[in-house]
Amino acid sequence: MNSIQLNNDMSIVISGEAGQGLQSIEQIMSNLAISSGYNVFTYSEFMSRIRGGNNSTEIRISSKRITSYVDRIDIFIPMCKGAMFRFKGRIAKETIIIGDVSHIDEMYKDAYRIIYIPLLKIMKELGGNTYINSLIIGFISNLLGSTFDSAIKTIEKRFKNFGEEIINNNMEAVKTGFELSCEIIEADKFCIQIEKTEDVKNNLILYGYEAIGLGAIAGGCNFISSYPMSPSTGVFTFLAKNAETFGIIVEQAEDEISAINMGLGAWYAGGRAMVTTSGGGFALMAEALSLAGAIESPMVIHIGQRPGPATGMPTRTEQGDFLTALYSGHGEFPRIIFAPGDKEDGIRLTHQAFNMADKFQTPVIILTDQYFMDSSNNMNDFGITGLKAEKYFEITDDKYARYKFMGNGISPRGIPDHGRGIVRVDSDEHDENGYLTEDFNVRKNMVNKRIKKMESIKQETIPPAQSGSNHYKYAVVCWGSVRNTAEEAIAAIARNDIACFSFTQLYPLYNGTADLLKSAEKLIIIENNATSQFGTFIKQETGIEFDHKILKYNGMPFSVEEITAEINKALLKE
Amino acid sequence: MSNVFEPEVDTDIAWCPGCGNFSIHQILLKTLSELKIKQQKLVLVSGIGQAAKTPQYINSNYFNGLHGRALPVATAVKSCNPELTVIAISGDGCVYGEGGNHFIHAIRRNPDITCIVHNNMVYGLTKGQASPTSRKGFISSLQISGVYSEPFNPLAVAISLNASFVARAYSADEKQTIEVLKIAIKHRGFSLVDIFQPCVSFNKLNTYKWYKENTYYLDDSHDPGNKVEAFKKAVENEKYPLGIFYTNTDNLPFEKHLPVYKDSNEPMYKRNVDSDKLAELMKNMKKN
Ligand SMILES: Cc1ncc(C[n+]2csc(CCOP(=O)(O)OP(=O)(O)O)c2C)c(N)n1
Ligand code: SF4
Repeated sequence: MNSIQLNNDMSIVISGEAGQGLQSIEQIMSNLAISSGYNVFTYSEFMSRIRGGNNSTEIRISSKRITSYVDRIDIFIPMCKGAMFRFKGRIAKETIIIGDVSHIDEMYKDAYRIIYIPLLKIMKELGGNTYINSLIIGFISNLLGSTFDSAIKTIEKRFKNFGEEIINNNMEAVKTGFELSCEIIEADKFCIQIEKTEDVKNNLILYGYEAIGLGAIAGGCNFISSYPMSPSTGVFTFLAKNAETFGIIVEQAEDEISAINMGLGAWYAGGRAMVTTSGGGFALMAEALSLAGAIESPMVIHIGQRPGPATGMPTRTEQGDFLTALYSGHGEFPRIIFAPGDKEDGIRLTHQAFNMADKFQTPVIILTDQYFMDSSNNMNDFGITGLKAEKYFEITDDKYARYKFMGNGISPRGIPDHGRGIVRVDSDEHDENGYLTEDFNVRKNMVNKRIKKMESIKQETIPPAQSGSNHYKYAVVCWGSVRNTAEEAIAAIARNDIACFSFTQLYPLYNGTADLLKSAEKLIIIENNATSQFGTFIKQETGIEFDHKILKYNGMPFSVEEITAEINKALLKE
Repeated sequence: MSNVFEPEVDTDIAWCPGCGNFSIHQILLKTLSELKIKQQKLVLVSGIGQAAKTPQYINSNYFNGLHGRALPVATAVKSCNPELTVIAISGDGCVYGEGGNHFIHAIRRNPDITCIVHNNMVYGLTKGQASPTSRKGFISSLQISGVYSEPFNPLAVAISLNASFVARAYSADEKQTIEVLKIAIKHRGFSLVDIFQPCVSFNKLNTYKWYKENTYYLDDSHDPGNKVEAFKKAVENEKYPLGIFYTNTDNLPFEKHLPVYKDSNEPMYKRNVDSDKLAELMKNMKKN
C-alpha cells in the first residue's frame, strides 16, 4: 500500500459495542487533540441499550475550528465483529480501515485500504478485552502527534480511582497501541499533516449538556428537580455534580409533573429553578406550564428533543417538538422559546433564560436535541464569568398586591417573608391581591395584563445569526442545532449570493424576520423534522413561504455533505 | 384578642351551610394564632377543590396551585426557605387521588411540612363523585350501583412508609383537632393529619351522625412509637380511631439532607452565584 496522506481535516470513526468504552476514547482523544494544538469535534450515536448493539463515535480533527458532523470517514476503526455494516454507505474507497482481521467485513478486504493490527492477539496477551479502548487511545494519540507522556498522563488521570492492576494494564495497553502506530508510521504507510495552532491549547472542550448546565449556573440556577429521560439527563447530572460547589438543590422527582410543580414552588419561595426533560416528559408538564402562565411565575424548561411520537427513538435526534413547545399548555399566556445553535449559544441562552424568566415572570423553554447534547467541540470561555444572574423580586410592604395592574403588565414580584407583604398566588383567575375571582371585568383585565407582557418580551428578541453573503439572492434558514452544519455547508459552497440565517430564538419570532427574508429570491429552510414546523410558523407570522425544504427525520443529524448537496440541488432547480 | 390570620376582607365563602370545612377553617385559625407563627413566615399550599379554597379565607401567604399538586410545591417552598412554616391543605381527592403518587413520595422524602387533608370521602367541587376514600357501596351520580373499589387507607400507607407523624382528627371536635394540629405543625418532618369532614351536600352516607357513631379516640394506652400497633389501629374499620397513630423521628427531614444548608441556613433567595467558583470550574474543565 502506498503512503496515505491526510491534510488539515480528518474524521475518525470508531465503532464498537455498548460497554467497550467508546466514550472514554472520545473524551481522552479530544483532550489529547487540543493539547497537541488541533481543533476537535466529536459526536457519538448510540443505541438504547447498555450492552452490545453497535455504537460509534466520530472524532473530527482539524487545523480550523470545526463544530459539525460530516459523513466522510477518513479513518475507520472497528472494535468488534459487526461494527461495519451500519457504515456501508459511508466507508469509501479513500477510507483507511484500521483493525483486527476478524473485525473487518469480507467485502472490504480486497478493494479497500486496510491496515491490519492484531487487536485480538494483543488483547489476549494483556488479559482481556476490557483494555481495547486504551489500546486504541495509544494508537491514535501517536497518529495525532501526541507525545507518549501526555497519552500516559491522560490515562493515569482517567483511571486514578481504580486499582493498581487496572491502571497498569491500561498503561500497558496504551503503550502497545502507541508502539503499533509507531511501526506503521515508520513503515511510511501513513502521514497526517494537520497544521497546529497554539491558541486552542487553552480551550475548553464542551458537550451540549455541559453548555446548558454552565449557562444555568451562570444564570443563578439553585434548584433543579427532574425525572431522568434521554437525551436531557446530562444536564441534570452535570448540575448534580456541581451542586455542592454552587449551592444547588437537586432532587429526582417521582415524575415530571412533580418536577415542574417543585420548580414553581421553588421560584415562589425565591429560588431559581429549572427542569430538564425530553418531549414525553414535557407532555406531562403541560398543565404546570399553564400554571406558570397563570400565577406569572418564572420557570426554565430545557427540552432535549428526540424522535417521537411517544417513546420514539430514545437515543436519537430530531427537532420535532417546536410546535409542542409553542402550543403546549392550555389557555393564553406569554412564553419565550430559545434554541441554541452552538455550545456558546447554549451557555448564553440558558443564562439569559433565567434572567428573562425572572424579568417577565413567564416560562422560558430551551430546545436542544440529542445531537446538541452529545456532541462536543473546543471553544474559548468568552468570559462566561462576566454573565450576571439578575434578580427581579422586590421587598414588599403591607399593602403589597402580587398582581397589581401596571402599564406593561409586569407587577412587582414579591416572595414570602421578604418584606411585610403577603404573597398570594392562585391558579384560579384572581384579582390584584391574588384572591380567586369570578368577576368578568377582573378576568378580562387579568388576561390583558398577562398578554401585555408580550410587548416587552418582543422588544428583546434575538436576531438570527447571519453567515455567508450580505448581498444575497438565496436565503437559507435553520434553527437550533442545525446551525453549525448549515454554516459549514454554506462556507463550503462558497458563493457570494447566499446567506444563512440561524435562529436561536424561535418565539417570539425576531421582528425583523420578514425584512431579512423578503429580499431573497429563493428561500430554503432546513429542519431536522418531517413537517417543517418552524417554516410553517414563519409563514404564519410573516406570510412568507419557503420555496424549498430540506428535511431529515430518520433519527440522525444532518451532515455537512448532505446539506451542501441539498442546497446545491435546490439552487439548480431554478 | 385579634387574630392576624383572620381574613382581612369580608369574603364570600364558597362552602355550603353546615359543611365541615367551616369547622376546619376555624380550627386552623385558632391553631395558627395559638402557635404564634409570624404571619409572613407562614405559607399555605393547596391544590384544587372545596377544601383547597381554605387558604383564600386565611390572611396568609399562599400558593393555590393545581389539582393534586400541592405536595411537590410545598416540598420545594420549604427546601428553598426552611425558615418558613409550610402547610399543604387540600381534599382527599386532591391529595390521595390526583396527587396519590406525590403523597407516597412526599412521605418518603420527609420534608418538614404539615399535610392537612379534609377527608369528606367524596369529590365536593365536581358535585359528588366517589373519591379514593369513599366506602364500598357509596352511590353517586357516576357510581350508580355503588363503589366497588377498596377504599384508600392513607394512614396505613403513611405508616407503612415510616411517615414522620400520622394522625386522624374529626372536624366537629374542635378542641382535640386543635391539639393534634399544634403537635403536627411543631413536629419536625412530614406530618399527615387526615381530618374526617362531613360533606352535607353530597355525602349522605358519612354524615355527622355516622362519624359520631363510627369513631372513637385512641387512649393513653396507645404508643405512637410502636409501628405495628399503629398499623393495626390504622386498618381498624369497625370503628375508626382518632388521634395520633404514629410518630417516628428516625429520619432526618428532607431539607436537612441538602448540602446547601451544610454551612449556612440562609434561604435561597438571599444567595448569589459565586463567580470565583465559576471561574475555577471553567479552569478545571480545561485541565480535563
Ligand atoms: C387536572 C384536573 N382534573 C380535574 C379537575 C376537576 N376537579 C376539581 S376539584 C376535584 C375533586 C375535588 O375533590 P376533593 O379533592 O376531595 O376536594 P373537595 O372538593 O371534596 O373538598 C376535581 C375532580 C381539576 N381541577 N384538575
Ligand atoms: S360540597 Fe360538600 S364539601 Fe363542599 S362545601 Fe358543600 S358540603 Fe362542603
